[in-house]
Order: sequence, then structure tokens, then C-alpha cells
Amino acid sequence: MKRFPLLYLTLAILGNLSVFTGLHAADSSGEKGSPSLKWAAAVDSNAPFAFYDAHNRLTGFEVEIIEGISRHMGRDPKFIQNSWDGLIPGLGRGLYDCVICGIEITAEKGQEVLFTDPYYITFEQLVVAKGTPPVNSLAELSGRKIGTLEQTAALRMLQETPNVVVKSYAEEINAYNDVCNGRLYGVLLDYPIAKYYASPNPALEFTGPPFGKITYGIAVSRSRPELAKQINVALGQMVKSGELRDILSRWGLWTPTMATALNQQADPSLPDTEYKAFAAQFEQEGGIIARLKRYFVYWPVILQGCVLTLEISILSMVLAIVVGFLLALMRVYGPFPLKPIAILYIEIVRGTPLLVQLLILFYGLPYIGIKLTPFLAGMLGLGLNYAAYEAENYRAGLLAIPKGQMEAARALGMTHRQGLVHVVVPQAFRMVLPPVTNDFISLLKDSSLVSAVTLIDLTGAYTRIATQTFDYFGTGLLIAAIYLLIGLPFVRLTGWLEKRLSTDRRTPEQKPSFWLGLGA
Amino acid sequence: MSEPIVEVRNLRKSYGDVSVLKGVGFSVEQGDLVSIIGPSGCGKSTLLRCLNALETLDSGLIRMAGVTLERSEGERKLDPRFHDLAHELRQRVGMVFQQFNLFPNKTILENVTLAPLVVNKEPREVAEDNALRQLEKVGLSGFAKRYPAQLSGGQQQRAAIARALAMNPKVMLYDEPTSALDPMLVDEVLSVMKALDAEGMTQIVVTHEIRFARDASDYIVYMEQGEIVEISDEDQIFTSPKDERTRRFLHRFI
Repeated sequence: MKRFPLLYLTLAILGNLSVFTGLHAADSSGEKGSPSLKWAAAVDSNAPFAFYDAHNRLTGFEVEIIEGISRHMGRDPKFIQNSWDGLIPGLGRGLYDCVICGIEITAEKGQEVLFTDPYYITFEQLVVAKGTPPVNSLAELSGRKIGTLEQTAALRMLQETPNVVVKSYAEEINAYNDVCNGRLYGVLLDYPIAKYYASPNPALEFTGPPFGKITYGIAVSRSRPELAKQINVALGQMVKSGELRDILSRWGLWTPTMATALNQQADPSLPDTEYKAFAAQFEQEGGIIARLKRYFVYWPVILQGCVLTLEISILSMVLAIVVGFLLALMRVYGPFPLKPIAILYIEIVRGTPLLVQLLILFYGLPYIGIKLTPFLAGMLGLGLNYAAYEAENYRAGLLAIPKGQMEAARALGMTHRQGLVHVVVPQAFRMVLPPVTNDFISLLKDSSLVSAVTLIDLTGAYTRIATQTFDYFGTGLLIAAIYLLIGLPFVRLTGWLEKRLSTDRRTPEQKPSFWLGLGA
Repeated sequence: MSEPIVEVRNLRKSYGDVSVLKGVGFSVEQGDLVSIIGPSGCGKSTLLRCLNALETLDSGLIRMAGVTLERSEGERKLDPRFHDLAHELRQRVGMVFQQFNLFPNKTILENVTLAPLVVNKEPREVAEDNALRQLEKVGLSGFAKRYPAQLSGGQQQRAAIARALAMNPKVMLYDEPTSALDPMLVDEVLSVMKALDAEGMTQIVVTHEIRFARDASDYIVYMEQGEIVEISDEDQIFTSPKDERTRRFLHRFI
């Protein structure tokens, strides 16, 4: 037991991981009997659909609609966060029951998912810089650079218009900012987005007629038609009772188009208080103190992001160190089948992008029946990727130990394995500390890629805060500073270890202090 | 006369086409100190490494401290038990290297106790007590807590001898133990070896120290081009070498 603490640590971790997956499996299998309705949305920069407000509360007209639907169905709404690109794949993986996120009902998407009746009908709105000559048709945009979001009806319409240079964005704020910056001629997006992100901005203006007709529907898995039916019934009740009109009115989204479609009165039933509250944010003062105060509201998000970033980085690094070490031993000392396996692993993993590996782990593996939790997928992705780099570090370390060390060990009667464990590996460990530290700092930053598998790490917190405060600059500096800060203790720790394990010190009795040289 | 503690018969070793040992044979009695001398590249270091099975033999027989390694000519595969036997043999034979090969990340005490702890599973107190006695024997009392880099070359080589002695070897092998040392430090290592000889330790030394070979050896093996040219009583080889080649080699030293 005592001789291989690292091995037992690995086994313990692997044991825990299987518990995680087990829990997750149990969770999704027990979902049918449970009264909760799990719904998913991408909430970054997503007003007025579903988003976190300045007090960090989840709100939006879709949130209210799905809460109303759940109430009518007698189920508890449970929100699951995902990235925009991951919403539909996540439905296929059974991560949640439905998606409500301004998804346009199209025949194409109907192949992948089942849509409920529409809950909102709208159009595309063109936004340009104030003072731009009026635009009356999309054809007039020929030769112009126009921005929109990925996977939207607007994108399709622009692509079908000849000679338009289309730029697709992940966040609408960035698209509208680029109109202000002069990088774009205009932005074509769904009316609710334009109303919330463009109309409060005095530098922008609406132009042209409503383009196209868009109907938003709630997406459910194709294998669950009975769920779609239940949602339709609940939605019908909300329309009939006037609840839907109330919600849309308060959000400033009750349009003649909607009134006609639902055959109800054209005037709003309630004042647009929610819209006014949102638009008020644009008028906030921009002084440093005011900004810091605004950031302070988000400290729980930042803290959670920090914790997740640290957790996933440390666990991944432990995994990378253990697996990398085994790979290095296989590559340097392994007999026939092990050696080429290690080489193959290292070459494949180093030669493919980490993001692709993460997406395969999370969205690809379910096709062969392996479902990983987002945390597990993120940790395994980072850990197994970095294992390849660590393996090469260790290999360099192992090869750098003079041959005479192993010969001396063997001449003393040790077996090859004893020589490795007691003589070669401890020296190699000391030698590879600097490159391993370097890799850990690098991993800490690469951990930002886990937001691709629905986790909100520090970078996820950045996107959320920036899209809520409309401040990519100040927030960016703040988050960058936090990355720097949380990396520092590890740099110091290894510096201290290096000194402690140093072999050419002259005064062995004096153990270096952890804080030694911190001020120097 | 009792059975020799070391016996080598018709030992052959080649690297590719280069034949390094061309059928070497000799034997050593319990308690003897034997010096192997000869020009660089004559195969004397390879012979010593074969004795400790750090190199595998191509053919021939090595019998040391009760363990026999044997391989007949043309036998392509090693005896599957070879590695076990070699491992057994190394536990009974100590080896000292030209470059000391101390473990730089461990203190002198840790260097000396490592093998007894790991290989013999001795309790720590026993291993440390024994290690301190061995260090005293080589004149390094008070250096137990130092690291190798804090010692002079001669002290490091004496520590390496103590490390080998801690395994209670029946035979000690030395591969040019003083070649990496300043001339001033050579004697402190040689005097340790003389003291061991006085205690009755069997020792085989590959060396360029002709004076030491002459003064301390029971007899001298002279090698050239992979063969033993002459095995001789120490005085005889210097006063009246039987072979012309030996005479030419030693001529430079006398």
C-alpha cells in the first residue's frame, strides 16, 4: 500500500468518477417519474429570451412562458444551462426535456427535433448606424458587410441574398458594437434582439421593413411526441387565459403580428416594465467606482467560475501526470505492444485540437452509449490531452538520467523496477518540475475550453458578465487578472519544491521556506 | 586447496563484428586481491562488467560466490533463468564504478541504506546502524547527512565503496576506481581497498595504478586485445615478464 500512493490515488479518483457517471445515469433514468420539467437555454447575451439580469437572477419572457407551461402541466421547471451550439445535441443526449431559446421552426430542424406550436411570431430587423440612408430591401445590401448570429434565420436570408458579405457572431452585443465601430454596415437579427440590444443605443437605428416571418417553437426530442402534446395543451391554456399576452406586453414584445396570429386585441395588456428596466442599464454611468460596484454584484459568478476552473484544472493535471507517467514508462521501457501503443496515443492526442476532443467526448460518445457528465467530460478531455504532453516531459526526464544510475542500482542487487522506482524516477521527477509547472499554467488557461461542454468556468463568467454589463474591456481585464492570480500560488509551490529537491545545495540542514524569496 | 571463489572459463563477448573478449579464463581464491591491467580498449572493463552480468556473455562460464552463469557457444537464446541468476549474483557481488554513480538526490546515508532497505528489506534501524559502521570503515563518519555534491571525489568514491559493502558482498569489483580522481585523492581510496584486503575481502580491480597493482595485489592479470597475455605473481611480472607484450607495456611505468 505504502509504496505506490500515486497509484492508489488514481484508483480512488477513477472509483469516484465511476460513481459520478453512475449517479448521472441514475438521474436521467429516474427523470420520467419525477415532476420536474428540465428545460435548456443559452443564457449569455440572450435578452429578452432568457438571461441573467443585473442582480444575477434568471429572467426573460421565455423563462416566464416555460414557468407558465410547467405550472399548467403540474411540473417544476428546472433550468439547465448550455451553449447555443450545444442546445440541440444536448436534447439528443437526454440532458433535458426541452429547449426554449428563440429557436425558429424550420423543416430542416424538424428532421432533428419535434417542435411544439409556436409561442412567438416575429421578423428580422435590420439595424444600421444612425444617419445611414434608408434600406428598403435586402438586395440593396449587395457588397455590404452585414453581421448576424450563427444558426439563425437571418443568416440564411443573408446567405441567399447575392453579394452580401456575411459575418456571423456568437454574441449580438459584439455584432452591434461592430456597427458602431464601423466594422459592419448593419446587423440583421430577430426583432426582439434588435429591440433589446440595438434600440437603446443612440448610435444605432432601425431601418427597412420587417424581413421574413419567424416562428419560435419549443424543441423536444423526436422520441417524445407525448411531451410535445402536453406542452401544446399547456401553451393553449396560457393563450386562452391571456397569460401569454400579459407576459409579452410586460416585455414590450406584444406586436400587431402576434395579436393577429392569436386573434387577440392589438394593444398591450400591461405596461412594458421589463423592457424599461433592461434599457435603463444602458444609461448607467461609466466611472471606475461605478464599474467596480457593478462587477461586485457578480462576485458569486466569478467565485463559482474560479472554483470550477481550479477544480477542473487540478483534477485534470493529476490525471495528466498519472497517465502521462504511465505513457512515458511504456514508451521508454515498455515491451513490444505497449511501446507502439504509447507512441500512437501521444501522436494522435498531440496532433488533434483539444476543442475537437472535448466535443467528441461530450457530444460524440453518447452515440456509442457512453454519457459523461459535463464535468467529467471536461476533466477527462483536458487530462487525457495533457497526458500526452506530460508523457513527453517525463520521457525527456527519464532519458536525461545518466545510465550509470540504473547500473549502480542493479549492481546493488535491485531489480530493474526497483531501480526505476527508487533511483531513476525520483531524479527524473525533479528534472521535469519546471516543464510540468509550465504545462499546468497552460492547462489552467486551456480549461476555458470547457465552456464548450456547458460548464461555466471563469471564462464563462466573463462572457456572462460582459454580456450583461455591455463591458468587454473592464470585465476582461478583471478576469485576466484573476487567471494570473490563481496561477501564481502554483508557480511558487513548484519553485519551492525545486529548491527543496535541489541536489547541489551546500547546507542541507536548512530547509527552504515556502515564502522564501517571495519578496525578492 | 579450497575451491576458488571466482572462476571464469573461455569467456567470449563481442559487439557486432568486434570481438572484445576472445576466450578469457582465470580464477581467484578467497581473500585474494587481483589487479587487471592492460592498455585502453583491451577489454578489461568489459570483462569486469560481464562478471557482474551488467553485460551478457556470448559464451563461456562465470562462477562467482556460488552462482554459475553459463552459455555454450552458438546458443542463440539466453537461458530463461539467466536474469534471475544474474540478479542473484549481483546481490553477492559489490561493484564500484569509475564515475562513482552515487545517487545525487540522496544523502550519503540514504545512498548506503537504499539497497539494504529495498532489496534485503532490512529494518531501518538495522540498515542505518550498519551503514554508519561501513562509513566509519571508509573514514566518512560525520558525512552521513551530506549530499554527494558536497563531497570531494575521493570521499565520493569511498562512499560508493561503503554503499557496496552494505550489501555484505562476497566479492568486490572495481572498474578503474581512481581514474576520475585528482592524483592527491587517489591514495585515500587505495588505502581503503588495502584495509579491506587485510580483512580478507576478495577483490578484483581493473586499474591503471601500476604502483598499487604492484604493492597490493596477490597477483596481476595482464590483458591485451581481448586476451589474457599473462597472469603472474606481482614481483615476477615486473622483474621478469614472461611475455614480450607485457614487458613493452610495463616498460613505460618502470
